[in-house]
Amino acid sequence: MITAAVLATLALVCAVGAWRFTRARWTYRAPHVAIVLWQALGVTWGLAGTGALLSYALAPYGQGVLQGLRAFAVSALNGGYGPAEPYGLPRILALIVGLTALTVLIVVLLTAGVQTLRARHHHRALLALVSRDDPEVPGVRVVDHPGPAAYCVPGLRSQVVVSAGTLKLLSPAELTAVLAHESAHVRERHDLVLLPFAALRRALPWSRVVGRIQTEVGLLVEMAADDVARRYCSPRRLASALLRFGTAGAAPAPHGALGVSDSCAAVMARVERLVTPGPELPRRIRYSIVAFSMTLTASAPLLWLMPH
Amino acid sequence: MKGLGELERSIMDIIWAQSSPVTAREVGRLIADRDLAPTTVMTVLDRLTRKGFLLRTRDGRAWRYESAESRDAYVAELMLGALDLTGDRSAALTRFAQAVSGSEAEILLRALTELEDE
Repeated sequence: MITAAVLATLALVCAVGAWRFTRARWTYRAPHVAIVLWQALGVTWGLAGTGALLSYALAPYGQGVLQGLRAFAVSALNGGYGPAEPYGLPRILALIVGLTALTVLIVVLLTAGVQTLRARHHHRALLALVSRDDPEVPGVRVVDHPGPAAYCVPGLRSQVVVSAGTLKLLSPAELTAVLAHESAHVRERHDLVLLPFAALRRALPWSRVVGRIQTEVGLLVEMAADDVARRYCSPRRLASALLRFGTAGAAPAPHGALGVSDSCAAVMARVERLVTPGPELPRRIRYSIVAFSMTLTASAPLLWLMPH
Repeated sequence: MKGLGELERSIMDIIWAQSSPVTAREVGRLIADRDLAPTTVMTVLDRLTRKGFLLRTRDGRAWRYESAESRDAYVAELMLGALDLTGDRSAALTRFAQAVSGSEAEILLRALTELEDE
């Protein structure tokens, strides 16, 4: 019973924390650290929320969540010989809701993973047919299209792709900056960071908080890549490449995508911190946040294992 | 020997350049690499058909191949994904930048590029 209460509190704290955290601006000063905290909040929220329901539902077994689930499965298979204590309606409801939520979370994550892999596979197949090598940018695939585009197709064999329009639009120094930014995405596997948040977004499309969280994590990932890139190129050139890209693109935001005003603010925020970088978050604070994130991430699984 | 991807690309280029469906033998004649075994051409054509990039029709004892879509259509599809115009905001690709609008961006850009010249 205590475990259930602790898990419920933890889930609530994570939800409220995430909601407040979408407004935090210190995150721009330490995007890598903020991403770690977001991941910790996400995992803990999922495990604590479902764990609280299951812990309450399986309390009669007195074995905690994980062992309780096993005991429940065993008794279900053995013709319903369950715990001595009678099973009340609230517990049955909690069990149904908890199991459903857990299943939905797992299924949504797996589906998103499979869909992403499939989309990438298709994209790669197309790319193999219509892209070319260019001596100007070795190791990068070039697609003959006048519009500005630069992106990476992540995976075990990641590919950085630019359009012919990009080569025309950017100066050599700017192109170097863009490529440094894209290879940072590749090296740090930012696609894996984004995947669960995109999946959650798909599972709860009506939730504005989840939408904001996805946007926020997306922006932090870009800032993290900017931070890596600026070690290898001029931050000014990265900023001017961003602006050139944004103003040249002028692609209308499609329905359901990031609104132009939102995306405009995001690009401007990136430009601003490239041109006039704020003071970095003190090392002590950064380490404390990482330590806190790790404790948070470990807490929910431990509570799942704890009896009672 | 070219890689399989390279071969697929050059065969697609040949087929895109033709106005009518072609047979494997014709592809073999048109391809630059003369040492290519006819079976290799057949294999690649078969692979491309299975992937949905080619359509084939029977012509007597041979197959005639044509592209399912034009090259431009594939480029457009790639760019739609790249610019995230499909609107699904999936995590399949990571993109460099979104569109910005307004004079503020242009003024800032001018300022930044002028700094470079100094």
